[in-house]
Amino acid sequence: MINNIKFIQGNEACVEGALYAGLDFFAGYPITPSTEIAEMMSIRLPQIGGKFLQMEDEIASMCAIIGASLTGHKVLTATSGPGFSLKQEALGYAIMAEIPCVIVNVQRGGPSTGNPTHVSQGDVNQSRWGTHGDHAIIVLTASNHQDVFAITVEAFNMAETYRTPVILLFDEVVGHMRERLVIPEKGDIPLVQRLKTAIKRDVDYHPYLPREDGRLPMSDFGEDHRYNVTGLFHDMWGFPTDNPQVVHGLLRHLVDKINNNVHQIARLKEYFLEDATTILISYGSSARSALHLGSALHLAKERRTRGERLGLIELQTLWPFPYGIIRQKCENARFIVVVEMNMGQMLHEIKLAVNNPEKVFLANRIDGELITPDDIKKIIRLIQGKGV
Amino acid sequence: MAIKDYIRERFFPHLWCSGCGHGMVLNALLRAIEALDIHKSDIVMVSGIGCSSRISGYVDFHTMHTIHGRALAFATGVKMSRPELNLIVPMGDGDALAIGGNHFIHTARRNIDMTAIIMNNRIYGMTGGQYSPLSGFGTMATTAPYSNIDHDFDVVELAKAAGASFVARSTTYHVQQLTNILKAAILHKGFSAVEVLSQCPEYFGRKNKMGTPADMLEYYKENTTTIGSKKKQENPDLLERGIFVQNDIPEYCSEYDKIIEQAKKTSGGKTK
Repeated sequence: MINNIKFIQGNEACVEGALYAGLDFFAGYPITPSTEIAEMMSIRLPQIGGKFLQMEDEIASMCAIIGASLTGHKVLTATSGPGFSLKQEALGYAIMAEIPCVIVNVQRGGPSTGNPTHVSQGDVNQSRWGTHGDHAIIVLTASNHQDVFAITVEAFNMAETYRTPVILLFDEVVGHMRERLVIPEKGDIPLVQRLKTAIKRDVDYHPYLPREDGRLPMSDFGEDHRYNVTGLFHDMWGFPTDNPQVVHGLLRHLVDKINNNVHQIARLKEYFLEDATTILISYGSSARSALHLGSALHLAKERRTRGERLGLIELQTLWPFPYGIIRQKCENARFIVVVEMNMGQMLHEIKLAVNNPEKVFLANRIDGELITPDDIKKIIRLIQGKGV
Repeated sequence: MAIKDYIRERFFPHLWCSGCGHGMVLNALLRAIEALDIHKSDIVMVSGIGCSSRISGYVDFHTMHTIHGRALAFATGVKMSRPELNLIVPMGDGDALAIGGNHFIHTARRNIDMTAIIMNNRIYGMTGGQYSPLSGFGTMATTAPYSNIDHDFDVVELAKAAGASFVARSTTYHVQQLTNILKAAILHKGFSAVEVLSQCPEYFGRKNKMGTPADMLEYYKENTTTIGSKKKQENPDLLERGIFVQNDIPEYCSEYDKIIEQAKKTSGGKTK
């Protein structure tokens, strides 16, 4: 059992989660602060007969995992800000061609080369809208290594369930911080395997004909069925078309298959919400600071009775954004404080979600340093009109 | 298997302009595959974006029509996962050597087993006749209205320098030679780069007053010669055709299998 307990970086916890989920193909390119994921994959994958590729650039890495996924593998690439920008076109291809894959972005400061060795959460909106054209996307995150592990497994499960790319949006602090991880036993977290067609070899197979439940069974590329895959709008055979009805239907399908399942995809954690008058909403490493503050105040019971009743919602699904859930949970809050390390990217969605957007405030830090519990406390005092 | 069994007949006639050389490349490729008697389920064709890349829609293989310039990177992912399949990657000159130039040299360097066909018509056809990295100094294009001052690549020299283990060139005039070269390229274990000069009468030809499609084919006949021929010695300006490089060097997928063996040994076969 002792072998299952590790003291490791968040990037390594992500690798452990991916391998637990059944990953057997990785392609990447070195970039801070995500490089440890590639380094570990180069050691671990060949040990289980999997493949590791260091490609010539970020774009090629994204393309290679899409090719490999189509042949039936669970695939991953890992990058950070600048590399994530480069991958966007191929990411859109995976959305259009409905090819499951997982992309890790360990966020660092931006824009451009930015602040490579420091923390930021500035890619929240890029992860939603980075690739061109209308689309839906699943973006997940976590704030501690046990959750990084679990959410990585979930990412692979969702990629298979919805035949879509899933983005794991971690940040530099989570990626490089060391803490304990207990690797669950096999079977403790259920795994979703690829849904494969039951249609026999040489019998007509329609790669883009959804079943009644909306899912599209796949056929490993290069095996039993010859079909076409394209980034153009396509019919149920995978051949290009500009028929308005088919174009409309495909775009609706791509968006609806994710947005109609917001409740299945939503992952969030709640702390001390029962009697909270001020609700913090955060995610990733900033949620650790928010939780620290919330716990400290919760333990100091006398302050809680004096009206300092702080609750926390930690988002693990960033997109599709769970508007309805957030609205309901924030109904009774006097103040809602969004804690994030950017200029207010989630703030906007939360204002859209709640009944009283004027009650929503931002507690942020954008200097490359982790926002501290003390930072948040001071901002809350300002918001409440108590002075620093 | 007859030629027509290799195509998706319902998509013909094809979208290429009349007189275009790309259909002749498709013809030569299918004849090469037929001669080698490869089953169509054992072939994967990965293409990018452009006139040439539409070739993947017409063949009844496993086909993947990807994004501009990146076909070789997608193909690398497929080949690494299924080394037993034959990978054929047709690309245009802009696709392979402008936007995709980096993937071209690195895939060559890696020596992964696939056949890259560069269908060189010296122009961006799909977008209407802009100059490509293979148009050449002094040519005309819709984006070089006063004359092109970009120098061109020599695809063969570039592929050689990048370490491709098989490098060849032919033209749409020399279809017999082209078929034989494609046969050798597909059989070669490693990265094969085959440049095919393929006429674009509609844009390159029209902009550069090359005459009819037949005139353009005639041009290939008059201005090329076999490697090391007497004609080449007499006229060094002639472009050589044939197989320039055919080396037996370690292939990427086979080498990675050795890495797996080694890694399994060092980890004591633990696969947790």
